[in-house]
Formats: sequence, C-alpha cells, structure tokens
Amino acid sequence: MEHKNINLKLKVWRQKNSTDKGGFETYDVKNISQEMSFLEMFDVLNEELIAEDKDPIAFDHDCREGICGMCSMYINGRPHGPWEANTTCQLHMRAFNEGETIVVEPWRANAFPIIKDLMVDRTAFDRIIQAGGYISVNTGNAVDANALPIEKAKADAAFAAAACIGCGACVAACKNSSAMLFVSAKAAHLNQLPQGQPERKTRVMNMVAQMDKEGFGACTNTGACEAVCPKEISITNIARLNLDYTCAGLTDTK
Amino acid sequence: MTFKQMFTSSVGKKLVMGFTGLFLVLFLIVHVGLNACIWANDNGEMFNKGAHFMGANWVPRLLEVGLFAGLILHIIQGLMVELSNRSKRAIKYDVTFGNKGSKWYSRSMGLLGVLILIFLVLHLAHFWIPNRSAQGFIGLEGEIDLYTKMKDTFIGDSWQVIVTILVYVLGCAALGYHLAHGVQSACRTFGLSNPKWIAVVSTLGYAFAIIVPLMFALMPLSFHFGWIN
Repeated sequence: MEHKNINLKLKVWRQKNSTDKGGFETYDVKNISQEMSFLEMFDVLNEELIAEDKDPIAFDHDCREGICGMCSMYINGRPHGPWEANTTCQLHMRAFNEGETIVVEPWRANAFPIIKDLMVDRTAFDRIIQAGGYISVNTGNAVDANALPIEKAKADAAFAAAACIGCGACVAACKNSSAMLFVSAKAAHLNQLPQGQPERKTRVMNMVAQMDKEGFGACTNTGACEAVCPKEISITNIARLNLDYTCAGLTDTK
Repeated sequence: MTFKQMFTSSVGKKLVMGFTGLFLVLFLIVHVGLNACIWANDNGEMFNKGAHFMGANWVPRLLEVGLFAGLILHIIQGLMVELSNRSKRAIKYDVTFGNKGSKWYSRSMGLLGVLILIFLVLHLAHFWIPNRSAQGFIGLEGEIDLYTKMKDTFIGDSWQVIVTILVYVLGCAALGYHLAHGVQSACRTFGLSNPKWIAVVSTLGYAFAIIVPLMFALMPLSFHFGWIN
C-alpha cells in the first residue's frame, strides 16, 4: 500500500472539567502519516500544543492494542471511528483522506460524566461489576480443569461474551444510553458456565438494579450497540439477560 | 426482588411493554379478520353480523375492557419509558450515529406510537364512540349500522373524506413500522436468544407488519375507489 502523509482538520470537544460548559475547537494537523494510529495523531497534536504552551487534549488510553477498553472517542458520529470491530487505538489514519474534517466527541451519557475534554468517568461500569460480575470461590487447592465438564458451544459462547473490554461504546452508540450490552455480556460470560450457576439469579438482579441506579437507559433492541462493539458482542446476550432476569424475579421468594 | 422492584426496573418495564404489545397484536388479528368481511361483497351483511357479535354480546364487551386496559398501559408505560430514555443523554452529539447501526423505525417507536395514538383517537371518534354512544355505553342493544358508517366515512370527493383516507393510510403505515420493530423486540425482551427462532420470529414479525396494516389500509381505499359494492 502506498505510504502517504495527509493534512487534516480536527474538530475536538474541549472541556476544562466536569462543571465547565465546554465547546468545540478546531485544529489543523499537518503531515500525518497514514500509518499512524488515531491516538498517535493525537499525540502529535498534543506535542505541538505543549510546544505552543497550550493545554494538551486529555483522552483515555492505555494498552493501545485493543484489549484494555480505555480508549473511547466518538469519531465522525460513530464510537471508535469508522472501522468495524475496532477500537480507537487501532484505528489507523489510512481510514481518512487528505483534507478531511474529523469531528471527535467524548462518549455522551449522563452516566458517563466528562472528566476533561474526551475523558469520561466510566466507574459506573466498575460498580455494576461489583454488584454481580464475579463468582465466589473457596480458597484451597485449584480445582482440576477437567473436573467441570463444559459443552464446547457453551464455553465458546461464554468466551465470546467475556471478550467485552468494557469500553462503553455500546452506551455511547445507544439512543437511550443503555448499558445492556455491557451488562448482558458480563452476565452471559458467567451465567453460561458451571462456576457461575450458584450466583446466577442474584447476579442478574443486582447488576440490573445497579445499572438502573447509575442512570443508564432501558434497552429498546435497536442494535446500535452491537454494530459498534469493538469485540462484536452479540445482542442475543441481552435476550439471555432478559430471560435470566425474568426467571430470577418470578422465582425469587422475597 | 419484589414484583414492584421487578416491574419498575428497566427490564421489567420493557416486559410490560412487550406483553401489552403482543396482547394488542392479538387484538389486531381479531380486528382485521372481522373487518375483512367487508370484502364479502354482500352489502355488509357478514360484516355487520361480526360487528353485532362484538358489540352486542357481553363476552367481547368484557374483553373490550381488558383491551382498553392493555392499550392504556401500553401507551402510558411507552411514553414514560421513551421520556426516561431521552433524558439519559443531557448533551447530544454534534454528529449523530443515524442509520449506520440501527433501523430508523427501531429508534422511533415513541414517535410512531404517538402517530398511531393520534390516528386511534380519530378512528374511535369515527366508529367506536358513535356506536357505543348509541348503545348508551353499557347497553348491548341499539348498535348503529357500521357498514353504512364506513361507506359514509370513506365514499365521496369532499376534502374531509380525502383527508380522512390519507390519515387512515398514514396511520396504517405508522402501525406497520411500529410492528416491524415491536414484534421481534418484544420476543427479545421475553428472552428469545436462539438464532433459529429469532429468524422465525423476525420473518413472522415483518410479514405481520406488512400484511395486517396493508389490509387495514385497503379498507378505506376499497370503499373510496368502489372496489366493493
């Protein structure tokens, strides 16, 4: 593939802190290698801003290899940018053309308040996990892996759900800011495995209750979450969660 | 988890929407089936017999109370869920995601529902209210000739008739799009996750969403264009 350097116009959301009103600022970024990642392009811009004694743009990032779930950015109307099954850190500048204007916004949801610029507070997800996204294990010798037979299809489905990196793109894409794809992935990961069975009912009840408490919206099955998920988590997990929740609610004795 | 906690949670509210929605789907089947009798071309004889059974028999009349209860619950709960969902993103995006990840009608259930409600008020004012009013609302006797009422409403070249027909056709279109998402969404809310059955339900849902509203829309058109005698 031909190597090219391109010039772009970036329209980026700048907001000093959580209480600041914020607004868009436009930057010209020049001579950007198309082999750079989207975040590297931001690094270049930030170096320039620092050199000019200006405040660099704050954005979340960590592993930069698509597995930590830290990067966010709502790029040109789509979480994680134009590529499918991809995170912002793995989005490369070859996705854009010379002279293009790119609009970069933070995840927008009341449950994800903005900390600064493009950084949002996603600790609501941590609290949902604390509510039920775990299994209780007695200490002692590790159980032999073969002691718990698991059907291959179920193991695969649980693994596919466990691929969720908790980035919050599902919430960012959903018109209701619903966290159901995230919650359902975490529940489906554990609820399909034998180790997850003892706490299956309390898990879904507590996780949904916490999700509602955090201020996420209700799921209306539009499928926007599934379309943007960098890990291609299936919307069928939401149906699984709905069924588990209904069964838990109807059979709970309280 | 108490029943109250369950049915006031985000998942529980959707369960209520799904159950009342599918209940209303059952009503649509009865309604379209009975109304299809206008095409018997017998000057409304069969249609009026059906209408008489529904209006002058205490069993359907009692079920009608349940129908209104389900309808009102669906409307109120739907509006509440819609307003609550809209409030979850105080600051909107500058560039919207649009149709890139979801169908427009799946995102517009609230709007489509309101359009159907507006149509429904007009529709009840045309047929149900005059009929029940003639019966004294709780009485079983004294129905009006609904076939003649249909003819009066849909035949003629006055602007009222044209506007009425247009509203009916648009109401049916709104219903079609509402059902196109509603049927399969309800089934997913009930927990249908098996891809085989999702394919079956989606196909049936789309078929229902096309066939039933199309049949309803053809009724005023049939009268207006003289396709039935």
